Amino acid sequence: MGSTNSTLLKIPNVEVLMQETGFSPAHIIRLHDRFKALDKEGRGHLCPQDFGAIKELAMNPIGDRIIGAFFSPGKETVDFDTFVKILAHFRPVDKDRPKELNSPEPINSRSNKLRFAFQLYDQDKDGKISRDELLQVLRAMLGMQVTEEQLESVADRTIQEADLDRDDAISFEEFRKSLEKINIDNLMSIRFLR
Amino acid sequence: MELKMFLLVSGLLVGSLVALGGASGSPAKGCKDNKPPVIEKDCHEPAKNRTDKKENETVKKSFPVLSLDYENVRLPFEISLWVLMASLMKLGFHLMPRLSSIVPESCLLIVVGLLVGGLIKLVGEVPPVLESKIFFFYLLPPIILDAGYFLPIRQFTENLGTILMFAVVGTLWNAFFVGGLLYGVCQLQSANLGDVNLLSCLLFGSILSAVDPVAVLAVFEEIHINELLHILVFGESLLNDAVTVVLYHLFEEFSNANTITATDVFLGVVCFLVVSLGGIVVGAIYGILAAFTSRFTSHTRVIEPLFVFVYSYMAYLSAEVFHLSGIMALIACGAVMRPYVEANISHKSHTTIKYFLKMWSSVSDTLIFIFLGVSTVAGPHEWNWIFVGATLFFCLVARVLGVIGLTFVINKFRIVKLTSKDQFIIAYGGLRGAIAFSLVYLLSCDHFPRKNMFLTAIITVIFFTVFVQGMTIRPLVDLLAVKKKQETKRSINEEIHTQFLDHLLTGIEDICGHYGHHHWKDKLNRFNKKYVKKCLIAGERSKEPQLIAFYHKMEMKQAIELVESGGGSKLPSAMPSTVSMQNIQPKRSSQERALPQLSKAREEEIRKILRTNLQKTRQRLYSYNRHTLIADPYEDGWNEMLIRRKKMKDLEKKMNNYLTVPAPPSDSPSVARARLTSDPQVRGLKSATKNIPSIKVDFASPQNPESFSVEDEFRQKGSQPKESKEDDGGLTMKVPSPEKQKKDKTPDEEPQQRLMRCLSDPGPAAEEEDEDDPFLP
Repeated sequence: MGSTNSTLLKIPNVEVLMQETGFSPAHIIRLHDRFKALDKEGRGHLCPQDFGAIKELAMNPIGDRIIGAFFSPGKETVDFDTFVKILAHFRPVDKDRPKELNSPEPINSRSNKLRFAFQLYDQDKDGKISRDELLQVLRAMLGMQVTEEQLESVADRTIQEADLDRDDAISFEEFRKSLEKINIDNLMSIRFLR
Repeated sequence: MELKMFLLVSGLLVGSLVALGGASGSPAKGCKDNKPPVIEKDCHEPAKNRTDKKENETVKKSFPVLSLDYENVRLPFEISLWVLMASLMKLGFHLMPRLSSIVPESCLLIVVGLLVGGLIKLVGEVPPVLESKIFFFYLLPPIILDAGYFLPIRQFTENLGTILMFAVVGTLWNAFFVGGLLYGVCQLQSANLGDVNLLSCLLFGSILSAVDPVAVLAVFEEIHINELLHILVFGESLLNDAVTVVLYHLFEEFSNANTITATDVFLGVVCFLVVSLGGIVVGAIYGILAAFTSRFTSHTRVIEPLFVFVYSYMAYLSAEVFHLSGIMALIACGAVMRPYVEANISHKSHTTIKYFLKMWSSVSDTLIFIFLGVSTVAGPHEWNWIFVGATLFFCLVARVLGVIGLTFVINKFRIVKLTSKDQFIIAYGGLRGAIAFSLVYLLSCDHFPRKNMFLTAIITVIFFTVFVQGMTIRPLVDLLAVKKKQETKRSINEEIHTQFLDHLLTGIEDICGHYGHHHWKDKLNRFNKKYVKKCLIAGERSKEPQLIAFYHKMEMKQAIELVESGGGSKLPSAMPSTVSMQNIQPKRSSQERALPQLSKAREEEIRKILRTNLQKTRQRLYSYNRHTLIADPYEDGWNEMLIRRKKMKDLEKKMNNYLTVPAPPSDSPSVARARLTSDPQVRGLKSATKNIPSIKVDFASPQNPESFSVEDEFRQKGSQPKESKEDDGGLTMKVPSPEKQKKDKTPDEEPQQRLMRCLSDPGPAAEEEDEDDPFLP
């Protein structure tokens, strides 16, 4: 236990971090180890190349988007705090957390999870998923196997189904509504991070 | 009224069944004694033959015109009669709506079985018993195949851990708890059960512990609970077959041997693994074979369903050869072959498979319950209050305790926990059924002297669970407000986002360095896409990503629905198309409009096209004569038929020509011209047709060509009184008035509805001309 305590002390703002994200000390340590493993040059922060070195991520169709999500706009590096906060989105929801009225919504709430996913679609951050953005995602996921026309029909249909206010784009509310039947808690949680 | 007729028919059937059952009876009865007198009474010829033969060999016997030879067809005849009666019973229950909403079907069928068995016994014959061989080889496989083929794979794999826990650990717990406690009860002096040894009790417990898939399906299908609970209970009932098989054989073997060593126990565990995994492997092999075969069936579409059925049945039988779990083999076969077979076979074969499976499983299900009732009446019973009561009590208690205990452990590992409501439903849904009965029936009398008592006990438990639990689960589900199944189908949004989220989570898992659920799923998908699909799916479809396949399926479904409902004036061209079916779909925001909104000018143009083309068809049949047109072809059915045939041909041609999205208007006049060249009259309308886009309008569904003839007839009829000149002149005169009227009436639905109404009324009279006006717009 002594070693863990010392590791914990090495991480700045550990208490605040644990409070905000809800991770247990063991998790923080595990994530810290992983952070250090990714940060091969030991700089204390990660840059896109470090993420790119993860082999499986390169094969992921939306890998670059995921990497991009870690970097806040304008910043070129990811420090441990941001790393943990982003990963906190994928913690399973604690059903028995007491609802404190004044505390902000936990990072891993359903709404925040959905918002994270929405931001991955919405690259230009205008609050809506436009047809082009949807097309980009579809193209990334479906790759070379599909003709452009098919992609466009799929995109058209998707927007038509979800778009309630007929502005030809999907806002966050519409996004949330179209996924109301899906168990997001289940779908966007990683057991490892409990 | 129809209920009374139905009852009469079924009464007759049951009567005949009883009579035949009596006449042919069980083999022990010596049916051959009964036969000759019956035959001789009914038929004179054979008697005459016999007398003739006795007299003189040389006298030629007269040719038997009519003879009765029941023995020849006895077996298939009886089987068919039973199946027919079972199906009629099922029909009857649904004719009585109130009854079928209170009592689940399985209960009613058991009651019917009891009645039939009672009747047969009254007649003095021995009622047939549900033979285990027939049950396991003919009645059970269709139900299991139906369940396995349509297993929702995603939910199943997501909850696999939970299902396995319930199936394996839960069944083991049930078996040992019930068996052990029963042995304790048997040891009581007062029970007079001293000769029931521990192994018999354990064997009985293991047979009793298995939740029955047939009963669960029968009851759960009617209550429509949410998918999670359904898959949990149902998956458990399927997977516990392996446990039951192993325990059954284990205890049966042990009852022969006198000592049990640790090696035996260890071998038992190994046996369990072999049985279950072996069953799955056998099923998977046959599944892959079936998928591979379906790759080549593009030229013989008719026998595609046959491959699905035969390969699955072979999987079941092959597993049974090695005493592996046949049920798991069947499930594995169905689940493995489904994605590949469905990509390869035609749409009609898919429908055939679906309906055949549902039909067979429905018939099997009905027969099983009826036979259960009959066997209850038939089977030798030995009632022992203590034993039966204890069995029932321990069974229920074991189930409840097992579920609670297991859920406590499982919830530590689940993301979505099981609430106590869920636990209650899981415990309550643990129904026992015919599998348990057949397994007890298979016990040999030498090793198990109290077999009859076991039979009685197990029948009591089955009856209790099916009747009491089956009947009360529906009101309880409503009372507890358990979430019901969502009826809406998956939208493409959900599909896209689910895939997106899958990729996202896989990425996050990679970043965390954690090889979790998503990581392996992703690897499996990649392997599937790269190698397996290429082998097992024919042609181009092997490269089709899942999303596109889903999209195509949705569009096709929607297109079929649209055509069947007779709506839509736009149909997209064959894929790929930039016009999604969504454009055709009625938007709920526009209230009554069932058809897509068209501008009025366009509507009018469309109608003009139709009118001119249809009129032209009409005129091709008849030489122009104003007077004969009044004498409507409805007087002469033959002419009507000619018209209809013509319409069908034209309709097909039109559909082929006009199946395009709204094209620039420049196309239409040429096309219209090409069609109308032979008709000089219609040239007059050419100016009006200038702006008509080449849109095909099917006012009614294409399968209903009569609609056109009727409509056309109406138009003709309508135009009669008004015209003073040529026919087509009358038509041109008619044109302005419907336009005017049309401007008043907006909804498009009206013509549709009137069309439908008119279809049912084939005989137009002159008075109906007034109806034509609103008909036309």
